Amino acid sequence: MAILGAINPMLSVGLDGDNAWRLADYVKRGGYRALRRILEGKIPQGDVINEVKKSVLRGRGGAGFPTGLKWSFMPRSFPGDKYVVCNSDEGEPGTFKDRDILRYNPHSVIEGMTIAAYAMGAARGYNYIHGEVWEIYERFEEALDEARAAGFLGAELLGSGFSFDLFAHHGYGAYICGEETALLESIEGKKGQPRFKPPFPASFGLYGKPTTINNTETFASIPYIINIGGEAYLEAGKPNNGGTKLFSVSGHVNRPGNYEVPLGTPFATLLEMAGGMRGGRKLKGCIPGGSSAPVVPAATMMDCTMDYDSISKAGSMLGSGAVIVMDETTCMVRALERLSYFYYEESCGQCTPCREGTSWLYKVLHRIENGQGRADDLDLLASVTTNIMGRTICALGDAASMPVQSFIKHFRDEFAYHIEHKKCLVPVDVQRAGSGFFTA
Amino acid sequence: MLTSESLKRIDREIAKYPADQKQSAVMAALAIAQEEQGWLSSEAIEFVANYLGMAPIAAYEVATFYNMYDLKPVGKYKVSVCTNLPCMLTGGVDAGEYLKKKLGIGYNETTPDGLITLKEGECMGACGDAPVMIVNNRRMCSWMNPEQIDKLLAELK
Amino acid sequence: MEIEIDGKLANVPDGSTIMDAAQQLGAYIPHFCYHKKLSIAANCRMCLVQVEKAPKPMPACATPVTNGMKVFTHSELAVQAQKGVMEFLLINHPLDCPICDQGGECQLQDLAVGYGGSASRFQEDKRVVFHKDVGPLISMQEMARCIHCTRCVRFGQEIAGVMELGMASRNMHSEITTFVGRSVDSELSGNMIDLCPVGALTSRPFRYTARSWELSRRKSISPHDSVGANLTVQVKNNIVMRVLPRDNEEVNECWISDKERFSYEALNSPARLGKPMVRVDGALREVDWNVALDYVAHALRDVVGNSGGESLAALASPQATLEELYLLQKLTRGLGSGSVDFRPRRRDFSADDKLAGVPWLGLRFAEIKDLDAALVIGSFLRKDHPLFAQRLRQLAKKWGKVSLLSVAGDDPLIKLHAQLTVSPADLPRALAAVVKAAARLKGELVPPGLEAVEPCPISEAIASSLLAGEKRALFLGNAAEQNPQAAQLHALALELARLTGASCGFLGEGANSVGGHVAKALPTALNAYEMFAQPRKAYVLLGVEPELDCHNPQQALAALKDAALVVVLTPFADGLVRDYADVLLPISPFTETAGTFVNAEGRVQSFQGVVRPLGDSRPGWKVLRVLGNLLGLPGFDQDSSEQVRDEIAPPGQEFVAGLNNGLAALPLSLAFARSGLQRVADVPIYFADPLARRAPALQKTRDAAAPMARMSAQTLATLRIGDGVPVRLRQADGEVVLTARADETVPAGCVRVAAAHASTAALGEMFGAINVERA
Ligand SMILES: Cc1cc2nc3c(=O)[nH]c(=O)nc-3n(C[C@H](O)[C@H](O)[C@H](O)COP(=O)(O)O)c2cc1C
Ligand code: SF4
Ligand code: FES
Repeated sequence: MAILGAINPMLSVGLDGDNAWRLADYVKRGGYRALRRILEGKIPQGDVINEVKKSVLRGRGGAGFPTGLKWSFMPRSFPGDKYVVCNSDEGEPGTFKDRDILRYNPHSVIEGMTIAAYAMGAARGYNYIHGEVWEIYERFEEALDEARAAGFLGAELLGSGFSFDLFAHHGYGAYICGEETALLESIEGKKGQPRFKPPFPASFGLYGKPTTINNTETFASIPYIINIGGEAYLEAGKPNNGGTKLFSVSGHVNRPGNYEVPLGTPFATLLEMAGGMRGGRKLKGCIPGGSSAPVVPAATMMDCTMDYDSISKAGSMLGSGAVIVMDETTCMVRALERLSYFYYEESCGQCTPCREGTSWLYKVLHRIENGQGRADDLDLLASVTTNIMGRTICALGDAASMPVQSFIKHFRDEFAYHIEHKKCLVPVDVQRAGSGFFTA
Repeated sequence: MLTSESLKRIDREIAKYPADQKQSAVMAALAIAQEEQGWLSSEAIEFVANYLGMAPIAAYEVATFYNMYDLKPVGKYKVSVCTNLPCMLTGGVDAGEYLKKKLGIGYNETTPDGLITLKEGECMGACGDAPVMIVNNRRMCSWMNPEQIDKLLAELK
Repeated sequence: MEIEIDGKLANVPDGSTIMDAAQQLGAYIPHFCYHKKLSIAANCRMCLVQVEKAPKPMPACATPVTNGMKVFTHSELAVQAQKGVMEFLLINHPLDCPICDQGGECQLQDLAVGYGGSASRFQEDKRVVFHKDVGPLISMQEMARCIHCTRCVRFGQEIAGVMELGMASRNMHSEITTFVGRSVDSELSGNMIDLCPVGALTSRPFRYTARSWELSRRKSISPHDSVGANLTVQVKNNIVMRVLPRDNEEVNECWISDKERFSYEALNSPARLGKPMVRVDGALREVDWNVALDYVAHALRDVVGNSGGESLAALASPQATLEELYLLQKLTRGLGSGSVDFRPRRRDFSADDKLAGVPWLGLRFAEIKDLDAALVIGSFLRKDHPLFAQRLRQLAKKWGKVSLLSVAGDDPLIKLHAQLTVSPADLPRALAAVVKAAARLKGELVPPGLEAVEPCPISEAIASSLLAGEKRALFLGNAAEQNPQAAQLHALALELARLTGASCGFLGEGANSVGGHVAKALPTALNAYEMFAQPRKAYVLLGVEPELDCHNPQQALAALKDAALVVVLTPFADGLVRDYADVLLPISPFTETAGTFVNAEGRVQSFQGVVRPLGDSRPGWKVLRVLGNLLGLPGFDQDSSEQVRDEIAPPGQEFVAGLNNGLAALPLSLAFARSGLQRVADVPIYFADPLARRAPALQKTRDAAAPMARMSAQTLATLRIGDGVPVRLRQADGEVVLTARADETVPAGCVRVAAAHASTAALGEMFGAINVERA
């Protein structure tokens, strides 16, 4: 079981035993009750969307956009095809929650997507699954077969007039396909290059048709919202931050893994659930929302609660809920160099500032890390990030820039030391010991 | 070019999409072709393109964009190690170095006996299990400490 | 929508972008990826501008205008963003302007002056990009200069209709390439050179032959097809160095075909005839003009005097200028002959005396985009009319239903509504089926003569598409005009037009297919076919190469060889002409003479010479005028080509008068019988005219590959011939040996053997019976 702990769990409730992912187990846990209630009770589409609005469920994919509001953008009376798409292309470094949802509770996503499709009048859906987690893709295909066989997917669901079919589409190694319009291009059989917006997917989405895209965890939360009601869901979290959320804790903790806690839970509690700092070492900094979120120094982090508003106040983002914990053995230059390599490598290459800027950032950081830094490099990096941010087609440009800006802002001395002394402030053997590879 | 078994699998993928959107199956079809042939030759890419009624260059764009496709022959086993930050913090980079030393090759190289190709990968969405690596795009291996790596290498024959 | 850009107000329709509005105001916003004819990519980010209340700069090319929007293109935010983008564009760029072919006409270079910084802050290694070989026309030698604007890729997908270039890989390693080592083969490919804002895609023939600032730019008109594309011809030291499109939205938009772009190489070809030549004691000798013209005048007078006016025939190319065509027919008639024509590839002239006016396209080019449906009958569309095909391609992409009824199933790269491919002999029958289907759909009586045909689902689909919507058009292509039953096709098309309310017209084979009618270069005695079928004593040929340009080259060549006198006015003196010509008079190609082309839509387009005539060559109209004088004929006293033109088309006329495709009663009849194998002859794009034939780069393309004997696998099997084996082809007394090739686009019972090629010149009728056996 990789959902290692929970407070007031919803997504991870009752996930015991090897067969928890099976349809029978899911139904036993109360699965598909929400869908049944909606279809059999002929609950109007608008009411479903309102319930989601009331829950103040915010998108779990990174941007935190209110889900109910997003659903209401879909043209209600559009005559042609409409689509719902699930974003399971989890590739943001530090994030591994969707994998566990699909591994242990795939039917919650299927049910959530089906409810969404009903609410928005879509007849077809796709779940785009990260290529690297192949067994998850295969399991999801199996879960789809189960759902189809049981009449939870297909024509005239549960004897209602509503039909919905859902398919899995796998990625094959491109982080950018997590960006929703790149993902749509990818389903269309093209390179995953983000589209310029507007038009937004709600008016011009998959195959040019109105489309709503949500994250896996977002969809998985829907059945619970319908079951317990939007208000109860909201109350489980805190105002403007409804519900519980899965946090993927990685890095220098004793028990890396996924933890489901109500939004608003103190960071310290989460850290404790994850077994505390490895080897009892000191927290140096934390990236609280996936690699694209600005790094937060230890002291500030310890004062945060885990919700959109608090993390934002600390100058970062809750993002996808990936908490990367770094202790004092971490060389911040090396850490940033690796991240900037990632963005350079994963830039789709389409627009100038991102294509050229990410490679420039990486090349300069690589120089610094290798003892060839120059006195004006930090200013150069800052200036290059300003020239990238807000000028690209999608948010990858920002995602590549924010770590650079925040690392330099909070750990400037360490970078300056590196440039001046051509070596690391944290001795190499200390860094090595920190990874625990040879000692574990 | 491809076995009837592979074609059947591709046809199943095509069926997932609207009838006029066969191109949507290109990623799956290329993956199936690669699974069958070990890598993607230009002939295979062109075959897939023609099968799906798209321009060969459009299929080539796809094959070169997603990094799990191999456009050059690789060893019998392709081992991709995640070295991204979360993994790096808990030994991903060290695991890569350990493998390099054990196999006597660097990243993007293949052992002289053609058995193993080593690749550096990006985040695999499994950072909690670091160090992680993937064998042949399919099998994810978690918590790969030296002992686990030795075991894996003994298995890959 | 009202929008304010830098304080200036504009009113634009809903759905416009900031870039649209700026262009309307004449405000310049720097850009690379944006192009008015291509989809919006918004990838270069050069066009970032400040929009009031927007927190970040917005790309003008992609941002829709909202009412009351305020845009600042020069504010600090905007300029800083533009400068930032420019810096990024330059960091990996080689900055090799001094040795770059694009130097002086590079958008990146131009903008870098305004938006680039002085010293580079980029101290890292630059990207290395390998060059690619993509064929004889486009050079991709310096791909490190590419700025990834994807204009070239979008051009292929959207305008040429075939994706040959793509952007492979990702991140900063993205590169523009063809599919592993392939060449770029589209007949419109050269436009990508114009579109490329930097020196990444350059013209291979032009490379390093001149710097842009050394070139003078002169206006001209393309002689290559009936569109009459507007050209800019670039000249250095009296030599044409390059040909580019000149924007004319109503004619060629901003495009030209590769034939139009690269044929100029022939203008400087060693095959050019430098001096007049006269055959003396069996051999051609160079002589002075006055000697040659005296000789011709005497010889013509002798033939006519001894054997009568009708012993003379004159044949011109439809590429000849209006003035040349006019003076040629005047000269011929002055000598007492009515045997003059400018339609060498025609076979059936039975509609000639029934024409209600000058046959033409039936509508203006610019109207094509508004059609609801179109049917093209008998055309190798893409290769015969690349730009016309392009217009239909855009139409089909929007809403228009485009159908094709032809004699080979070549892919027109158009999203077709319906396609029907039949043998040339069956073309009238297939068209008749559409007529009948249309009559039935309308509940009208089936026209007499069509009782025997039965519509198939495809002909019904075509008919119903032509009955729906407001504007529809029928176009008869070259293969319809050259068909042995051309008049029937014309009559059937008119009947279909009558039934459906569609317009009906001809695509036209040459630059002056309409102009030749206006110039009256039409026979009152023997037509272009008869003048060889019934050999004459003397021939005057103007810009035509009968062994390649005639419907039956075998017959034409025999007649020319037997003639007592053959006078050839031509820019070229290579090939068979040296065997049959008695006099060779060097005349100027279109770049060295003033003249006029009347395009398919009837548009009068006059042009001036852009360079002085090469060697001793002279403009054709002048040669004909002097000949007229020497022969003492009346009406040859014009001082300029304009004076000649004004006799034909009143000055200032934009379109010629009398355009009318109507026919006096011609009974419909489907009585044509045929037996045995039938030839289908296409005119390959780069053999279609004397210039293209002699352009070395075009001759290296795939479209210039040697003709083969193409047949369906079934036809091959019936003949017991294998794919790829040599076969002997026979028509009348001529035979050639070609390689057999299985080709499913060829209709059953037919062999496709190209015309217009030296290797097939020994054959006869383009669409006649043909014998095939293993060689
Ligand atoms: C570079 C980039 C990568 C992204 N990756 C992911 C991802 O892996 N998973 C995800 O759900 N959303 C990702 N997103 C966010 C999506 O674009 C989108 O906002 C989200 O899927 C919407 O779902 P939600 O509203 O349920 O969060 C990414 C965005 C960007 C710009
Ligand atoms: S080759 Fe030229 S047109 Fe094509 S993407 Fe590069 S810069 Fe743009
Ligand atoms: S011209 Fe607007 S982004 Fe390129």
